[in-house]
This record gives sequence, C-alpha cells and structure tokens, in this order.
Amino acid sequence: MPTRAPRRRRNLAPVVFVAPFLLLFLLTFALPIGYAVYQSVMDVEYTGSLGLGGSHTVFVALSNYSDALSDHAFLRSIGRVLLFAVVQVPVMVVLSAGLALLLDSASAKGVRFFRAAFFLPYGVPGVIASILWGFLYVPGVSPLVDGMRHLGLSVDLLGGNTVLWSIANIVTWEFAGYNVLVLVAQLRTIPAELYEAARIDGASAWATVRHVKLPLLRPALILTTVFTIIGTLQLFAEPLVLKPVSSSIDSAYTPNLSAYNEAFTNDNYHLAAAEAVLLALAAFVLSFGFLRLINKRGGDA
Amino acid sequence: MSLQTPARAVPPRGETPASDDHATPRGGITGVTTRSRILVTGLLVAAAGYFLLPVYWLVVASTKSTGDLFGSFGLWFSHPRFLSNLRQVVTYDDAIYLRWAANSLLYAGVGAGVATLLAAMSGYALAKFSFAGRDTIFNIVLGGVLIPATALALPMYLLFSEAGLANTYWAVLLPSFVSPFGVYLCRIYAAASIPDELLEAARIDGAGEIRIFTVVVLRIMTPALVTIFLFQFVGIWNNYFLPLVMLSDSKLYPITLGLTSWQSFADRQPQLYQLTVGGAFVSVVPLMIAMVALQRFWRSGLTEGSVKG
Repeated sequence: MPTRAPRRRRNLAPVVFVAPFLLLFLLTFALPIGYAVYQSVMDVEYTGSLGLGGSHTVFVALSNYSDALSDHAFLRSIGRVLLFAVVQVPVMVVLSAGLALLLDSASAKGVRFFRAAFFLPYGVPGVIASILWGFLYVPGVSPLVDGMRHLGLSVDLLGGNTVLWSIANIVTWEFAGYNVLVLVAQLRTIPAELYEAARIDGASAWATVRHVKLPLLRPALILTTVFTIIGTLQLFAEPLVLKPVSSSIDSAYTPNLSAYNEAFTNDNYHLAAAEAVLLALAAFVLSFGFLRLINKRGGDA
Repeated sequence: MSLQTPARAVPPRGETPASDDHATPRGGITGVTTRSRILVTGLLVAAAGYFLLPVYWLVVASTKSTGDLFGSFGLWFSHPRFLSNLRQVVTYDDAIYLRWAANSLLYAGVGAGVATLLAAMSGYALAKFSFAGRDTIFNIVLGGVLIPATALALPMYLLFSEAGLANTYWAVLLPSFVSPFGVYLCRIYAAASIPDELLEAARIDGAGEIRIFTVVVLRIMTPALVTIFLFQFVGIWNNYFLPLVMLSDSKLYPITLGLTSWQSFADRQPQLYQLTVGGAFVSVVPLMIAMVALQRFWRSGLTEGSVKG
C-alpha cells in the first residue's frame, strides 16, 4: 500500500466508480440467485387437520429438486427446448453465416437495403413478433395458410408436431438479421491483402469462403452460438402468446413457462425457485460445455 | 425468447467502420459471372421477402376494420381506414396506450442511460486502476453475462415483493440499470483506448478523479457507450418476462405487456384484435426507423466487438 496522500486519494476513486454498479449487481444478480437457492430448499408445511392449523416454512433439502426432476411435464419441457436448440441453433447459425457471406460476396448489389431489411425484425419485441406471426399461422386469417390451402396443401402450423417449429421460425426471424450484422462486421475486418493473396493463388470463390472467410468468422460464430443456446433455454414469450391459438401448448411447454406457472398459478414458489435454479444451471453448463468443446478442438477460439 | 445479452466485445482498433459500402466490392474475387450475380441477388431477395413479409402484413392489417382483418385477403388492402384505427388505438380506455408508450420510453430511456453510465464508471475503474479484488469482480460480472435473465426474474420478484418493490416503477427500472455486458465492453474498450499518460497528465494538472472521468474518459469512450446504450435500450424495450412478473397494475405496463393484455381479452371483445394490430404497428414502426438509422452505431460497436472472441 503506498502511503503518499495523493496516491491514497486515487486508491479511493476506483471504489467510488465501481460501488454503484456492484451494489445493483448484487441486488439484481447475486441476491436473487442466493434467494432462489434458499427458497428451493425450503417448503411450506401445513399443520392440523386439513392444514387449518396454519403453515410454516421448513427446510426440505433437495426435495423440490427431486419433485421438479420427477415431474414428467417439466422433464418434457426440458427435452422440448433441447430438441428445439439442436435444430434451431444450427439453422440460425448457418442461415446467418450464409446471408452474411452473400452480402459480402462480390456479386451482391443493394447491400445497404438488404442488410436493413434483415435487421428490421430485431427491433420487433419477441411478444409482438409472436402476435404478428400468430396471425400468420391461424387458418382463416393467415394469407399463407389460406394460400397453401388453395394450392391443395393443408398444413396445420399450430398442431402438436409443428408448433415448436413455428416458434423456431419466429425466433429465427427475430434474431437472424442481428447475427448477420455481427458476421458482416467481422467479414469487413478481413484485410484486402488476404483476398489478393487468395486470388493470386488461384483460389475459387468457394475456396476463399472456406479457407479465408469461415476461419476468420469463427469467433463471431462461436459467440453467436453460445448466445443462441442461452436464448433458447429462455423460450417464454413466443409459446405464451401462441398458447390461446394452439391446443398443443400447455402451461409447462417450456421450463420457463413451467416455472412461471408454478409460481403464479399454483402458488408453489419453492418448486418454481428450484426450476429457475435448474434452468440457470443448464444454461451455464451448456454454454461452458460448448466453449470447452470448441477450445479443445480448435485451440484458438 | 428474450436474448438480451449481446456478447461481442473486443478492443477498438481505431478504424472507422461506417464506411463499408465501398464502390469496390469486398471479397474481391474477380470473374463474377452474370449467372452467379443473378443467383446471389435472387437468394438475397428471397431472404428479404421472408424478413419483410410480416412487417408488410402488419402495415396492411393496421388499415383494416376488425371485420376485414378476418374477412379479407391478408396481403392486400381492403377499405383502408388507418386514421380512424389510429385514433381508436390512442383513445381506447382513457388513452392507456399513450401511457404504456410513455412507460416504455421511461423504462428503456432511463434504464439504458443509467446502465451506460454505471458500466462506464466501473469498466473504466476495472481497466485503469489496480485494486484488491479487481479480477474477482470482473470474473463475477463475466459470469453474469451468461445467466439467463428469465431465470433471475422470478426470484427477483420474490425478493422485491418482500421489500415492497414489486409492482412499482422501480421493479422494472432497478434491474435495467445493470448491464454486465456493458461493464465487460467498457473495461476492454477503456483498456485499449485510454492512454495512461493522458490520465497522469490530467492528474499532474491537478484534475480530480471525477473531473477526469467526466471530461476525459467519457469523451474517449463515447463509441462504446453509444453501443451499450442502444443494446440496453432495445433489450429493455423488448423485455417481456420481467415486467410480466413484476407488474400487476396496468398503468405501469410497458407497451409489450399492454398489447398482450389487449390480445388476451380479444376473445370477448373482438374490437381488441384490431387495437392489438394497430398498437403493434404504432409501437414497431418508430423503432424500426430508429434501427435502420442507427445501424452504423451498432456496427461500429460490433466491429470493434468481434475482432477476437
């Protein structure tokens, strides 16, 4: 510790700068997590016949977790978002990368317009996007469904086997343009000399994409993937908005819906807290797992 | 899905990213054939159609009566009556829509403003001062980036209701003030763009730390701060789960919550279908215009932000 007065005054400055953020971070991140963990190991116990003797909170260790993990509806909701992720994450990443490469390619005209068109949906809140697409899914209102029926194709976009992919479509529509923007920005950082070198080596357009562009896109693609994974687990607004028009969506359709429903419909805060903790854990494990996998393989991520 | 933690960030390179619509095409592969040009343009047009179709539908639908919304072809106009629809949207239920709009602006504007300032302060301190616990703080904040916001909202509600904060403006504002991503970006940006010599010079001149921050640091960090403000603004504006959990008084609702409350009553009051559509149109169009206008700021942050993972 330096002792000169001006030094000491300077040492107080970072504390003043960090303190407001840190306090709020504790209040809105650390404390809720701690509180959720606490709530998840407690439960309400009723005494007397029919529970009329009043209630008190008791420590139940992990029984809320075992309840959550033996609840078929909750387990199915986890399986559902994992299935969703396995399909939607690659679709999103491949679509975004494809569009970014097209925009970046020498053949592209009107880049400014296309980029703006792709990016527009990012400004539409998820719930409003879901309301919009909801209208486009419902037979009788939707020009798409009606149009396809005229062509002899009857599709039920809200049925048991399809509604998950209808939701995937909404999510892709919302965020693909944002990812395109990130990837295009990354492509712009590639120095022209690299292209020059590739050209002199006689590389085809496809070889340039494979050996120059894709490797340079890698970090952006990895981050895009991680955040798509985290986003997928949080799926909530889309199924909630589509619930009234699709009988295939129940109140435990996704883990988030399930936790919300336990807390606000069933008044079971303790189970809801356990489900929220499990959700946060899953997001952490999947994101870090993916990052580790990538690091092991590539080494330079 | 509310993905609101954008994650790219990385040191500024001092380039000006806005100028990317060169006359000379990038990707400089020579010998572009007409066929490949047609193919590329065709694919881009198809993609644009996909992204714009729902927006186009919304524009058309916002001009229709409730009857025509269900009874006429969705992709073409039928007895357009946009102004009277608009009047209904803003006057319905004592102009509650305008109140929701004002709430959304308050949550997103104040929330993003405070979040940006706090991120700048702590990011700068984490980058430019060495003090005990600095790395621990930074690692914890980094972990915060990876926690899904919706996993926090529920316990936060339980906590806030114990403290009597649930169902108040603060219930939405306080969490909006915190942007771990912002701190992350600010730290990296400050480390790369603020020279130590400049700070030393200012100190020798007798400037206090707070004055140095407000006069020197904030100015240098402006590009990063604009990016953080935009991310946070859109994140708060689009957030649905947090206000849904926190608020029960419809007077405190932001637009997202208000519109779904209209939609959920539309079974009983079909008029509300039209109001939902019209209200969505009114809320989405200004934001879309802002998006396109501010694109270069997004990109400037993103280019800097994705040089290295």
